[in-house]
Amino acid sequence: MRTARLLPVALVVLLVMALLPFGVGGYVLGLLTLAYYYGVFAMAWDLLFGFAGEVNFGPSFLVGLGAYAAALLNHYYSWPIWACLVAGSAAAVVGGVVLAVPALRLHGPYFGLVTLVAVLLLQNVIVLFAGVTGGEIGLDIPDVLSISDRVNYWYALGFMVISGAVLFGLARSPVGLILQASGQDAVEASALGFNVAKHKLAAFCISAFFSGLAGAMLIFYLGTASVGTVVDIGVGVQVIIAAVLGGRRTILGGAIGAIFLIVAGEMLRDLGQLSTFVVSAIALVVILFFPGGLLGSLLRTEGRQ
Amino acid sequence: MSALLEVEGLTKRFGGLVAVKDISLSINAGEILGLIGPNGSGKSTVMKCIMGIEKPNAGAVKLGGIDVAGWPTHRIARQGVGIVFQHARPLHRQTVLEHIILALLPDSLLMLAADRHVRARAEAIAARVGLDRVMHRLPRTLPFADLRRLELAKAIARNPKVVLVDEPFAGLTKAEVDDFSALIGSFRAEGHAVLLVDHNVKGVAALVDRVLAMYLGEHVAEGTAEEVMRNETVRRVYLGGKIEAAARPEREGKGRTPLLSVEGASVLYGKAQALEDISIHVGEGEFVSVVGLNGAGKTTLFNAISGLVAASGTIRWRGETLGGKSPAQIARAGIVQCPESRELFGDMSVRENLDLGGQHGTRAESAQQIAWLFELFPILQERQGQAARTLSGGEQQMLAIARALMMRPKLLILDEPTLGLAPVILELLSKALEKLRQTTDITVLLGEQNVTFALPHADRVYVLEHARIVWEGDPARFAEEAGTGYL
Repeated sequence: MRTARLLPVALVVLLVMALLPFGVGGYVLGLLTLAYYYGVFAMAWDLLFGFAGEVNFGPSFLVGLGAYAAALLNHYYSWPIWACLVAGSAAAVVGGVVLAVPALRLHGPYFGLVTLVAVLLLQNVIVLFAGVTGGEIGLDIPDVLSISDRVNYWYALGFMVISGAVLFGLARSPVGLILQASGQDAVEASALGFNVAKHKLAAFCISAFFSGLAGAMLIFYLGTASVGTVVDIGVGVQVIIAAVLGGRRTILGGAIGAIFLIVAGEMLRDLGQLSTFVVSAIALVVILFFPGGLLGSLLRTEGRQ
Repeated sequence: MSALLEVEGLTKRFGGLVAVKDISLSINAGEILGLIGPNGSGKSTVMKCIMGIEKPNAGAVKLGGIDVAGWPTHRIARQGVGIVFQHARPLHRQTVLEHIILALLPDSLLMLAADRHVRARAEAIAARVGLDRVMHRLPRTLPFADLRRLELAKAIARNPKVVLVDEPFAGLTKAEVDDFSALIGSFRAEGHAVLLVDHNVKGVAALVDRVLAMYLGEHVAEGTAEEVMRNETVRRVYLGGKIEAAARPEREGKGRTPLLSVEGASVLYGKAQALEDISIHVGEGEFVSVVGLNGAGKTTLFNAISGLVAASGTIRWRGETLGGKSPAQIARAGIVQCPESRELFGDMSVRENLDLGGQHGTRAESAQQIAWLFELFPILQERQGQAARTLSGGEQQMLAIARALMMRPKLLILDEPTLGLAPVILELLSKALEKLRQTTDITVLLGEQNVTFALPHADRVYVLEHARIVWEGDPARFAEEAGTGYL
């Protein structure tokens, strides 16, 4: 019911977004392109946090695995882009499973800590094997998605819309319902006959798939893979802030939060270093006073009966 | 008749504590078995072991001949066991109907759309438990009883062969209890086997076919509700043996100067009525016991007095109202509560815990008080240097009481000091309380479900049942007047 009411609004917004390249310059498009990839990171993260109830402090572990797998294959073996994207998402899923199977046995904050450590490990490995990975400087990517700002923008937008539709549909499906029950009360969900571990692992795989794929696409847009853009803890923190800011358990809120973060950061650019501070402060205020997030608060008032 | 559920020699240990010891039971199709016992008797653990939420250390749980002991919960659920939890924790964004649909879903990762008949079935179940009018509402907008109906609806949706029901009537009004009884009765009519877990026989007597009573993890009696109520051991567990009300020298002003008076106190926890229009008074130097089963409202009453929960009505201390005072101010005024959960500092030594209690007094006063307490509880002197966490349950309780006494209370509130303690320890504790009562002029308010422990020391007794005071009087009259109601 709520979805039905929001659908026309969403369609209009999407249309405006799709027509944007005809109205604005390359700089803004570049910014939004980046924001859309972050949107996918944040939506994939919300599936884990909002639905499976697991806090993944290392979204950039999955993103980084996808990005670097794709980067290495393209740089050294000149694999075509599509094959690199497939390999990148596969690497993220495999890495995610290796991490999640032992980590999901842990309860409470320990799962989060394991994911946090995983990011640091990945970052260390990349820096240690700088000869192969390019280390801190990064690895240049011979191929690019497109040299046109507009085409790159549409790729990113299309990818975000499809990912968002799939994740949102999944979250609203019976499987999403079971996942949410598992996340909120594992004992009760298992007493209803649901294999909680199986559902959480599946959610982790799906989250890893989209994170890895988005990471791989992002480096083909940027033309370089570096720790600072796809692995660093700071990247993960941005993703988490975007998702929480946008609204937990909404999936789409992640995309809104990511766009907000990046656009707001840009608009406040004149403030210099202070802009990060102001954006963080805004995020903090929203999280403290509207824990449902931007979209969460909207849906809550809409759905009140 | 074939037993749907058979439990044989079930044993569960938590560390050194044997929570369930060699329990066997069987339930046939179309039968309701009541599993009763006071708080800490192990009945909930039995239920959790059957459901696989706890893994038993020994014994078998057979469902239609298949031993499922130690299986993960979701497999046991799929084998045909359902549970109605006491505490409903519904999802926030899903409607009542969606909750029931959830319970109807198969455990599959590929269910991207539910069949249309699932919705129809969910609607039918909602109608059956009386939720049809609120089907599209969110759980947080529902009254307490409807949330409980939702739990029941979810169990019905799974259509389990064996239904475990945990304290179905706690917090419900009389009319709601009748409704729930009828619904649980309908499980029987449909040939399910039902295990009903509750505190006392009385509440479930009308509903159950048989009753099994437990105490301290062991099987004490089994039979019809009447048989179990007549059983000597059961009577002793609930009512105590012969009650000796030890007389003590009358004191001037005892019971006449009202030290504490509670008038018309009510407390609501969300939608559940935890206290309803309670009035009690405690005179200077009096020892007053409030007896009631787990969930009757004892702790809430004490927390209201200590200022830890907000209550309507007035609470007066020496004639002055306590409304608006902080818990710390109330404690400094002389009301010291020794909580059920003991709240000791586990990693600190016994002595450090005591010293913390004596922070407000001078060093000399504190030393004197400790010397007196070591006389009262000699075991604590021996254990002085030990970390509180490593003490036995009984020793921890003594330490908790001693620490409360270090604060030199005018009124000492003891909440359920016997919880989970073995009978030998009870006796030690009982002696210490008696000594305290005989040698000091302290005023004590004791909350207990163990009547044997609560009555001998008491000057006056209140019986708390379902958030209300239902009886007040002399301990000597308790057994004949309030005893049967308490079983």
